Amino acid sequence: MSYELLRLIWWALLGILLIAFAVTDGFDLGSAVLLPYVARNDNERRQVINTIGPVWEGNQVWFVLGGGAIFAAWPALYAASFSGFYLAMFAVLAALIFRPLSIVYRSKLADPRWRSWWDGTFFVTGIIPSLVFGVAFGNLFLGVPFGFDVELRFHSEITLLSLLRPFPLLTGVMSLSMLMLHGATWLSLKTDSAVSARAKAAIPYLAGTFIIVFVLSGIWLLALDGYVITSRLSHDAVSNPMLKTVILVPRGWLSNAGLHPALWLAPLLALGGAFAAILLRNRPLLSFIGSALACAATIATAGLALFPFLLPSSSEPNASLTVWDASSSKLTLEIMLGAVLIFLPLILAYTGWVYRVMRGPVQVRDFSGDPGAY
Amino acid sequence: MDIVLLSRLQFAITALYHFLFVPLTLGLSLILLITECVYVMTGRAIWRDITKFWGTLFGINFAMGVATGITMEFQFGTNWAYYAHYVGDVFGAPLAIEGLMAFFLEATLVGLFFFGWERLSKVGHLVVTAGVAIGSNFSALWILIANGWMQFPVGAKFNPDTMRMEVSDFMAVLFNPVAQDKFVHTVAAGYVTGSVFVLAISALYLLQKRHRPLALRSMTVAASFGLASALCVIVLGDESGYTASVNQKMKIAAIEAMWNTEPAPASFTLIGVPDLKGRKTDYAIKIPWVLGLITTRTVDKQVPGIDDLVKLADTRIRSGRIAYDTLTKLRNDRRNAALRAQLDEHVGDLGYALLLKRFRPDVEHASEADIAKAAQSTIPNVPVLFWSFRLMVACGFWFVLLFGTAFYLSATRRLARYRWFLVAALLSLPLPWLAAELGWVVAEYGRQPWVIEGVLPTALGVSSTSSGNVLFSLLGFVLFYSGLAVADLYLMVKYIRLGPDQTLGHPVAAPRDMVAA
Repeated sequence: MSYELLRLIWWALLGILLIAFAVTDGFDLGSAVLLPYVARNDNERRQVINTIGPVWEGNQVWFVLGGGAIFAAWPALYAASFSGFYLAMFAVLAALIFRPLSIVYRSKLADPRWRSWWDGTFFVTGIIPSLVFGVAFGNLFLGVPFGFDVELRFHSEITLLSLLRPFPLLTGVMSLSMLMLHGATWLSLKTDSAVSARAKAAIPYLAGTFIIVFVLSGIWLLALDGYVITSRLSHDAVSNPMLKTVILVPRGWLSNAGLHPALWLAPLLALGGAFAAILLRNRPLLSFIGSALACAATIATAGLALFPFLLPSSSEPNASLTVWDASSSKLTLEIMLGAVLIFLPLILAYTGWVYRVMRGPVQVRDFSGDPGAY
Repeated sequence: MDIVLLSRLQFAITALYHFLFVPLTLGLSLILLITECVYVMTGRAIWRDITKFWGTLFGINFAMGVATGITMEFQFGTNWAYYAHYVGDVFGAPLAIEGLMAFFLEATLVGLFFFGWERLSKVGHLVVTAGVAIGSNFSALWILIANGWMQFPVGAKFNPDTMRMEVSDFMAVLFNPVAQDKFVHTVAAGYVTGSVFVLAISALYLLQKRHRPLALRSMTVAASFGLASALCVIVLGDESGYTASVNQKMKIAAIEAMWNTEPAPASFTLIGVPDLKGRKTDYAIKIPWVLGLITTRTVDKQVPGIDDLVKLADTRIRSGRIAYDTLTKLRNDRRNAALRAQLDEHVGDLGYALLLKRFRPDVEHASEADIAKAAQSTIPNVPVLFWSFRLMVACGFWFVLLFGTAFYLSATRRLARYRWFLVAALLSLPLPWLAAELGWVVAEYGRQPWVIEGVLPTALGVSSTSSGNVLFSLLGFVLFYSGLAVADLYLMVKYIRLGPDQTLGHPVAAPRDMVAA
């Protein structure tokens, strides 16, 4: 297999992992953000938490695996993004540290102060990653200031405040509304009575917000300058990001869609999924599939527009990380692809089995008598 | 403050903290599998209750392990960006495969362990428990393959075009002898931790004269499982000593506080007081031959002392400088074959030239004094290693004695008879954690000044972020982790006090037979 094809596959796999994370853990995050609104008493709150109780841990591994895959397949991207977005990463990490405990520890004691503290924590650990991921994606389109020295030591001038620019803030709202929508369709599917009804009632508002923000960001993107590689960069070049030239051109992010009009399908599917979530909200499973589609297609839209860029540099554009010069060696990509081909089908099989065993809405009697429940 | 110091401090604190939860997860997951197997085979409900009770404590601990484990993965990127770039091609792969093969399995199935009792058949639930145990153990395997490569970087080559280490032989990385020994040593230490945990809490119940049927049965399982594991830890610890002597001679010499090369076979210093200034060990009690036998498996090979190893480092620094200079020239003349050949000849010592950077950023101008300082810097902290190692080993032998006694008492059905034994078992509760943390210190602090032995000095691995960022996150972790430690301990103590009847919401199923006592 050629180095070029391996890099393309690993770029696609990176997208697939992010999509799997958004589609599965996305409803965990969304449900957490919706907790204060959909659940009004302790039993209702437990109902929400127990819908994700048996599955959140597996869902979160998509993120852990995403991190591992970037480390193994795109080490330069891993080094640059984690150390460059230092404080944003720390905020996400803090959320991921507290979230497991707010789920598992909350109902282990009956004290209402203990429980309400963990409920507050649960809400915050849902809202932080949902916003940060959106803001981070927005920043990819603007580029962030970084470069490498001759020994390929990464340096950057990124600060937390410098990431909070208008366009990334808008994409942050997009990601928050998208994941809240996904949480709402999940809760509508996985609970009964009052919680389900409140979640269902929220769907049109959340999907509406998502659709408006998605279209606005799209129009804004038309006006943004995009990065383009101007030197010849062989697709099986050595992974050294300092050997090419890159410039900013007006409307540069539309060049991929201009070359391949079929790519317009991705944003259309994102909007279609959100509309389906609204129109089919009386059929919760289909509505959930609609919001899952919206999550998947939104990430695909961003990835396809950025291609072949992974992380553009605004201060030293030539140092931008791309699919063709930021990957691992050919041998590592091959070995890792082999591992994916063996284990990904297994993961999908047992994950599917777990969801099947836990199918059906969560009811109060499911957890009231079970000391193991959350 | 110095970013290298802050980053190392953060890594040490978060790794040591994470490693409070990992060994218990490893050990308890297998003990749960054993007790549930007994339940499925005998059909006796008490074994289900035993599994569920220890399972509750397992769950409290597991959540902390997951929460603190993510920190470790993030940290390689946030605080050790140059490390991530320099060795990600090799080191990233086992971490990613850990996620694919092990962590996914364990995390996906652990939900069904708690939520699946009513929804699954007996065998179905047993399969879930087995999946969790297999997942957590394989997780340890891949993490230790990654760690083993840091101790003994086999199967990889430096690539001057990408300025990083790249895999050349993945099978060598996978079957790294250091990784294999470390894996068995570490998981067995985890099994000991789980066994001591179950043994100590059961002993507490027997001392309090409550939950006797559950406590006796749990102790029986812990005694035999613990004895086998404690023996395993020692055998594989010895084997680790042997493999370390192949490529980490300095670590061995530092653990032994052995300044001078002794005539073979070297004697083992049982105890003594290392004197750094005088470069000798006072009041040493030595056992002839033992060190030579452990580390070389012969009676005629020498074990090199610290002073000789520093001389060796000096030679390698000089050779490494040639590699470094060639690399600089090659950067401006990428196609020059003669330069590439010259680099190939010395590239194995490139890491030693990088040691100079701490004393002289422009390596090409390093003086004789800089070289001498860099060579001296290859000596790790001798007293810390000397004492950590001895304390860890003492704990290890204590576990053999403890479980040997427990096994004998359980075989003769006298587990509950002797108060002294129950008190000893209870008081041993903190020891496996102490031993595990000391083991981390010996393995990782003993690797200094290298982050990848002989390849990349720790000081170079850090990110180019501000030290303010690292200090801020360090303070954040200290704050978060202290709070979470309180919550975790509070819940553990609370559920141990409540005991199985109240934890399960029903009295533990009446046993049809009683273990005679």
